[in-house]
Amino acid sequence: MSNLNSLQYFVPELFLTVAILFIIIADLSLKREKKILPAYLSAFTMGVVLILIFHQYEYNSASLFKGMLVLDDFAIFFKIVTAFSTLIVILISLPSFRFKAEYYILLLVVTLGMFLMSEANNLLMIIISMEMVGLISYVLAGFNKNDLKSNEASLKYMLYGATSTAVMAFGFSYIYGMSGNLNLYSIQQTILTSQPQALPLFIAFIMVLTGLGYKIAMVPFHFWVPDVYEGAPTPIAAFFSIGPKAAGLALFIRFLITVVAHPTTSANAFFIQNIPIKAPLLLAALAVATMTLGNLSALKQKNIKRMLGYSAIAHVGYMLMALVVFNKEGITAVMFYMIIYLFMNFGAFYVVDSLKPKLGSEDLSDYTGLGYRAPFIAIAMAIFMFSLTGLPPLAGFIGKVYLFAAVIHQQWYILAVIGVLNSVVSLYYYANVVKVMFLDQPEDTPPIQVPLYNHILVWIFLIPTLVLGLYWSPVINFTNQSIRFFFRK
Amino acid sequence: MGLISLATFFPIIGMVIILFIPKKNLTAIKIVSVIATFVPLVITSYMWLHYNYGMMGIDKESQFQFVEHFAWIPAFHIDYFVGVDGLSFPMLWLTTLLSFIGVVASWNIAKSQKGYFALFLLLATSMMGVFVSLDFFLFYVFWELMLLPMYFLIGIWGGPRREYAAIKFFIYTLAGSVLMLVVMLALYFNVKDPATGAHTFNMLHMMHQSNHSAWLSKFDVRLWLYIALLIGFAIKVPIFPFHTWLPDAHVEAPTAISVILAGILLKMGTYGILRISYPIFPDIAKYTSYVLAIFGVINILYGAFVAMAQSDLKKLVAYSSISHMGFVLLGMAVFTSAGINGAVFQMFSHGIITAMLFLVVGVIYDRAHHREINGFGGLAVKMPVYTGIASLAFFAAMGLPGMTGFIAELTVFIGSFAVYRTLTIIAALGIIVTASYVLWTIQRVFLGKLNPKYEHIRDINGRELFTLVPLGMLTIFFGIYPLPILNMLKVSLNHLIRLIP
Repeated sequence: MSNLNSLQYFVPELFLTVAILFIIIADLSLKREKKILPAYLSAFTMGVVLILIFHQYEYNSASLFKGMLVLDDFAIFFKIVTAFSTLIVILISLPSFRFKAEYYILLLVVTLGMFLMSEANNLLMIIISMEMVGLISYVLAGFNKNDLKSNEASLKYMLYGATSTAVMAFGFSYIYGMSGNLNLYSIQQTILTSQPQALPLFIAFIMVLTGLGYKIAMVPFHFWVPDVYEGAPTPIAAFFSIGPKAAGLALFIRFLITVVAHPTTSANAFFIQNIPIKAPLLLAALAVATMTLGNLSALKQKNIKRMLGYSAIAHVGYMLMALVVFNKEGITAVMFYMIIYLFMNFGAFYVVDSLKPKLGSEDLSDYTGLGYRAPFIAIAMAIFMFSLTGLPPLAGFIGKVYLFAAVIHQQWYILAVIGVLNSVVSLYYYANVVKVMFLDQPEDTPPIQVPLYNHILVWIFLIPTLVLGLYWSPVINFTNQSIRFFFRK
Repeated sequence: MGLISLATFFPIIGMVIILFIPKKNLTAIKIVSVIATFVPLVITSYMWLHYNYGMMGIDKESQFQFVEHFAWIPAFHIDYFVGVDGLSFPMLWLTTLLSFIGVVASWNIAKSQKGYFALFLLLATSMMGVFVSLDFFLFYVFWELMLLPMYFLIGIWGGPRREYAAIKFFIYTLAGSVLMLVVMLALYFNVKDPATGAHTFNMLHMMHQSNHSAWLSKFDVRLWLYIALLIGFAIKVPIFPFHTWLPDAHVEAPTAISVILAGILLKMGTYGILRISYPIFPDIAKYTSYVLAIFGVINILYGAFVAMAQSDLKKLVAYSSISHMGFVLLGMAVFTSAGINGAVFQMFSHGIITAMLFLVVGVIYDRAHHREINGFGGLAVKMPVYTGIASLAFFAAMGLPGMTGFIAELTVFIGSFAVYRTLTIIAALGIIVTASYVLWTIQRVFLGKLNPKYEHIRDINGRELFTLVPLGMLTIFFGIYPLPILNMLKVSLNHLIRLIP
């Protein structure tokens, strides 16, 4: 589609861009005590953007800007997830970042980058969008500029990011060299018709895995995660575990089903590899490594944000596990899990964030007896923890059932058993948080008052975590309908 | 809404009400708890009156009673499907009975009563749900739901080592049930609904071998799935190498929770084997039956010998549970009518007897604040009523004629002797060991010279009698006249063993 025609499919992004510029200018003209306005404006912008994205479901899938981007239901789904996560982060940040307009502007720019990541259909577009998200993320991670740990987080994030993106770009150059194309769909067609040598493509695949794996925190590219999660402001850490990760997964899946594999039938239910490499086995090994390492490292953590960081790694492992099967079922399971993970993980991070000003730290030992000091918050935290473990009747269980079902349906039994045993391991550290809050009772228990605003937000995360565990038909149907890919130049 | 759903979810309603009662209002909390557990008991008793003894259940939906069946998540073929037959109904009734008694036995819980009773009611619902579910997914949800309240009930209200016991229980049972999850999903993808041809979680469809896929008909596959499932259930029973969580959990748990643990939770393991493993994999059940019988005998003897060595009264009762569950395993493993009927009757009987034993231990612990067997002596002088009731419970555990334990164990032996003669003879030695530790315990605690420390100990009070007497009466009543239960079991279980090739 020509550039001018593409614009009508690009309305949310255009609106977002205009809003960003407007907020920057508005911020300049505002007095200091009115600086809260940009925050409200950003929240409002995200609301409007979400509505606009939902309207895009009415369009037919299309390729935009001469094949640079594609707008299909799959992209729209991930745009919704990322936009929603930004909206939540803005709401979470309101109490702590009241007068920091630039913070909200940066968040909006990241969102724009994540939209482009979900839609990218061109190697160059992939690099540009990933860098757009990456660069702003480094700034956000170091946003508390007087905090040494925040600075460390930022620097570490940047060094890892720069290196892995460079490796990925190098991998892209191999792909381009062999296929002569930058467009993912054209690359797929070229590979299918010309059948190039498998080895260089395999090497390129591994290099690209470096970049994408870093974005989604896959082992062995996960080293930045615990430090960044610990050092970054809590809302930003929560954001990193959802938004950019979802966008990274979208890109990952799109890369897998175009360059690595192609659909067998028009229904896109199954994908066959383009070249005879053992990609599923490699992914399975990475998934096992990711979840096992994440879980085992989480066992010993004393800082709750670090623990959640390792737990985030483990959850990436579970999601990767379902991608091993290369079919629609696995991808649906990952997308469905992303929705559930969004609520429960944001919930857990938000509880940590709400308690930080009261407890003065994020050490697990300071949570002792919390169940008697702030019962509601502690119960909510317990529910998030058990949901992350995957116990029924909570949403996390349902999400995991779909992941395991996808794997078991294709008879990857060993992988499934390793996966479920990992859940058992994870129970130990999640239950440890609950243990500290409820089972350990301190001598004196001064009650902690948590503001009403925080209560309401916790409910927003809590209700889906509880309800989706008992009735999830609408959400899975929505996910199923969102999995339509666009395969044309 | 049918009677089963009403009974199952009634405690949840109570739980929600309790959450809205201020925590200072103890009386209201307790009254709500009593009502929320008493009403299900009334409902299941009413169901018993209307129970049709001729319907066999097991693998035909039309043969189940009080069935409720409607779609829950159509996209994943999950149904809300509940019903009872001769296998599940006695357990369901026992659950409602022990839940009610458990609430009464928890009257003097010392702290955070609101949380305790709310969790207890959640536990009651999940236990009933396990026994009535006929959809595997539903079963699994209830099965796992049980772990959460149990973890807190042991972990917050338990004894000194409660945290260790709680997490050990949690991790052990979760490890077992996640394996069950894998089997459940494997079955889902390899069993088709005969009506629609789609995948299904319906247990009854899974039991019909004609619905199985070619892959699921392979011997190796079936064997591995059976073993994975069996490990999940074995941890719950617990079968010998997986039993180590049980003494810890029992000793640390508060009295009422021990009652529930031993009375209901252990039975879920054997119930699961009979309800799920046997009918779905009858050939493998037959193939592995000798191993199960050996584990049964190991349980009987190991449990009995270890019980004899205990100095803690509660630990003794806990190990005696392991021993008694061995009889269930032995009876199940022989596939004769007498064996399997005896096994399930033993599940019912042991549920009542062990509940009594834990209540008896609870009574003395409330007064003496310790459970050292050698720390007592001559209590019969000061606590005559208590001694009477306690002796009744201990004799019932020993299998004295005229009580349920005798009927159950005798039937098991009659059933198994014909099949595994040597094993049965070895198992019978367990009876002697049981008799010796029971009599020795009675002698040390109640007979002999009165320990001067307990000069002024109070006898059992009215509330405690209220929890113990009904159970004692049931033990004697069904010990003399077991037909109401045996008739109920017979039709279903005889059909179940006909499925075994």
